[in-house]
Amino acid sequence: MQRTDNRPNGPSGDIAPEVMRRPRQPAHGSDRQSRMRDASAQRLAHGLAWFSISLGLAQIVAPRLISRLVGGNGKYANLIRFYGVRELASGLMIFGQGRRPAAAVWSRVAGDAVDIATLAAAGASPRMNRSGVALATAGVLGVTALDVYCARELSRERVGEAGITMSRSVVVNRPPHELYAFWRTFENFPRFMYHVQSVRTTGPGVSHWVVNGPAGTSVEWDARMTADVPNERISWQTLEGADVESSGSVRFEPRPGNRGTIVRVDLQYRPPGGKAGKLAAMLFNESPEQQIYDDLHRFKQIVETGEVVRSDGSPEGMGDVRQRPGQPSGEASAYGDTAASSSASAD
Amino acid sequence: MKATCWHGKHDMRVENVPDPVIMNQRDAIVRVTATAICGSDLHLYNGFIPTMKKGDIMGHEFMGEVVDVGPDVKNLKVGDRVVVPFAIACGNCLACEAKMYSLCENSNPNAWLAEKIMGHSPAGAFGYSHMLGGFAGGQAEYARVPFADFGALKVPAGMADEQALFLSDVFPTGYMAAEMCDIEPGDTIAVWGCGPVGQFAIASAKMLGAARIIAIDRFADRLAMAASKAGATDTIDYEDRDVFDALKELTGGVGPDACIDAVGMEAHAAHPALFAYDRFKQALMLESDRPIALREAIMACRNGGTVSVIGVYGGFIDKFPMGSFMNRSLTMKTGQCHVQRYMKPLLARIENGEIDPSFIITHRMRLDDAPDGYKMFAKKQDDCLKVVLTP
Ligand SMILES: NC(=O)c1ccc[n+]([C@@H]2O[C@H](COP(=O)([O-])OP(=O)(O)OC[C@H]3O[C@@H](n4cnc5c(N)ncnc54)[C@H](O)[C@@H]3O)[C@@H](O)[C@H]2O)c1
Ligand SMILES: [Zn+2]
Ligand SMILES: [Zn+2]
Repeated sequence: MQRTDNRPNGPSGDIAPEVMRRPRQPAHGSDRQSRMRDASAQRLAHGLAWFSISLGLAQIVAPRLISRLVGGNGKYANLIRFYGVRELASGLMIFGQGRRPAAAVWSRVAGDAVDIATLAAAGASPRMNRSGVALATAGVLGVTALDVYCARELSRERVGEAGITMSRSVVVNRPPHELYAFWRTFENFPRFMYHVQSVRTTGPGVSHWVVNGPAGTSVEWDARMTADVPNERISWQTLEGADVESSGSVRFEPRPGNRGTIVRVDLQYRPPGGKAGKLAAMLFNESPEQQIYDDLHRFKQIVETGEVVRSDGSPEGMGDVRQRPGQPSGEASAYGDTAASSSASAD
Repeated sequence: MKATCWHGKHDMRVENVPDPVIMNQRDAIVRVTATAICGSDLHLYNGFIPTMKKGDIMGHEFMGEVVDVGPDVKNLKVGDRVVVPFAIACGNCLACEAKMYSLCENSNPNAWLAEKIMGHSPAGAFGYSHMLGGFAGGQAEYARVPFADFGALKVPAGMADEQALFLSDVFPTGYMAAEMCDIEPGDTIAVWGCGPVGQFAIASAKMLGAARIIAIDRFADRLAMAASKAGATDTIDYEDRDVFDALKELTGGVGPDACIDAVGMEAHAAHPALFAYDRFKQALMLESDRPIALREAIMACRNGGTVSVIGVYGGFIDKFPMGSFMNRSLTMKTGQCHVQRYMKPLLARIENGEIDPSFIITHRMRLDDAPDGYKMFAKKQDDCLKVVLTP
């Protein structure tokens, strides 16, 4: 889970805009603390989601039983069933929203408000069993407090004045010198960093980057290599005056026992004039964390197997979010009109 | 081409879809000559595996003739007959180097999705959900085979399709189940489930020297095949006798040295209330799998013995007898089969006549009839054990 980006590029830095994800905020302490807070909010969210799903199902399947438990004397089955559908939906939504389900958790808070209002009205009704209602209300208030806490943690702004920092790693079954050599050739980047349109070396240790922004736009900058330790490390930084200020490094660490190399990427982005939110929006049209993960895994596939691995469901390979059905798309082969396609269509 | 497509629970359709093309340079395209329906496909058919998409082509047991190869496939040529392992593996990563092919680190483009559900991702597989890569399967006229230079095994001239086909999955799978038992001479092995995987687990336990093999199921035809064809020495119909008691009795109270779960997540229980308990929890999503055979296998296994789990599980289970497992020094071994590890040695066993895997085939049908094949196999109608489809 992290965030970092990669792109070492030699000369320049800049790198990797895409890769980042979940920026963290120094305002909330160190990156590590912030990450732990996130992870715990996320775990809590998943716990709440399971709770929603089981309660929702129980309300749908056994509304009378639930009614008795909350002091309704077995009545209001339809209303309870309806609330069950709501519970179930917000539980499923939390899982559907991936790593930062803040909106879904806020939907639980809204649901809690409805429950409290319903119970308050019920408490005033003579047809209800008061102590049951009081107990249910206390329970709902407790859950609401948890929901609010969780939703606030998940919605914390991740980008602070000091910018965004991320780090992420992958293990590749090749010695450090080969990986260093591949990475040191910045022109290779667009092969596995899908957001990078091009990287061109423009001078000694300096390169020019063109990166895809949202909605067909692109962002460009120049970057300079700040460290180049053969087979170990490459660091870079954007040149003064760039629209995006960033620095980063990639390190190659041999794993003990000849078990390949850990490739670690660290990235920082600093917004000029503190417009961090805008910066993030400019650089990452999708989840930056997912991007850096995908970049590093495509890098691994290219180095280990020769190519980015494709499937019918994910024709772009790792990170293809569209997910087509797992059947041929009918598009021509990347390797020309093949005998296979012609013989197959004979049928 | 024609292909068997998933459209939802109990909804398989043979449809016309575009032909496959080479997408990676290590691909081959195969004209399928024989393909089978697997017990694992039933988990998709019954809607228990998440991340399926309407239109996904089914099938991971297939073989055929190479009709095209990508520029990097040097060891195969057009016209070769090959059988294809269900797990897709690159041969280059650390997992492949360790011969753990079903854990290949490169073959699943949707590894991130599997990681969300399982923590880490296994390899990609043909026709087995988007979590395992979104690869089109082989119950079709043609199939694309990624990493064909590493995975596809050439079939010797003269060997019939029906003899070679099961090298794609169930024969190696049953063999791995038996191998995980570390069989020593004199051992007693109990096998839950007498589907194709159970039959090959029994036959393999015999090849590996087990003295006694006890087959457990509720279908008379399957138990009869286990005894007459696969080599079981004893059979237990679990609707007839309590399995735990029967195993104690057969082993003088000690329990089998190793227990193989060849049933998996959709186990059935002899007692309707027991079945209802797990089925209900599954429906409420409080557990995703029904571990009825697994619980029994753990309880029955002798002290210090091994439980070999080859039946597929997808998510979470409930009431796992951890106390029995831990206090009695049991070992559990599991895994999707590392098919590529076993294909050549098992091909040799077929060639020298030690086994003819075609003994499990009960039904031969046209590809067009795949939906009927699914239904018949799922409902165990007409003593159906294994359906082979030919396009
Ligand atoms: N690990 C792998 O690589 C791998 C590969 C292929 C198949 N599989 C799995 O192996 C399992 C079996 O596959 P198959 O093709 O033989 O399927 P199958 O459905 O034909 O066989 C399952 C058998 O288990 C029996 N059974 C059900 N509940 C039982 C119980 N409580 N006790 C004893 N027997 C019980 C059924 O009657 C049936 O005969 C499936 O879960 C399948 O997904 C695993
Ligand atoms: Zn199978
Ligand atoms: Zn591999």
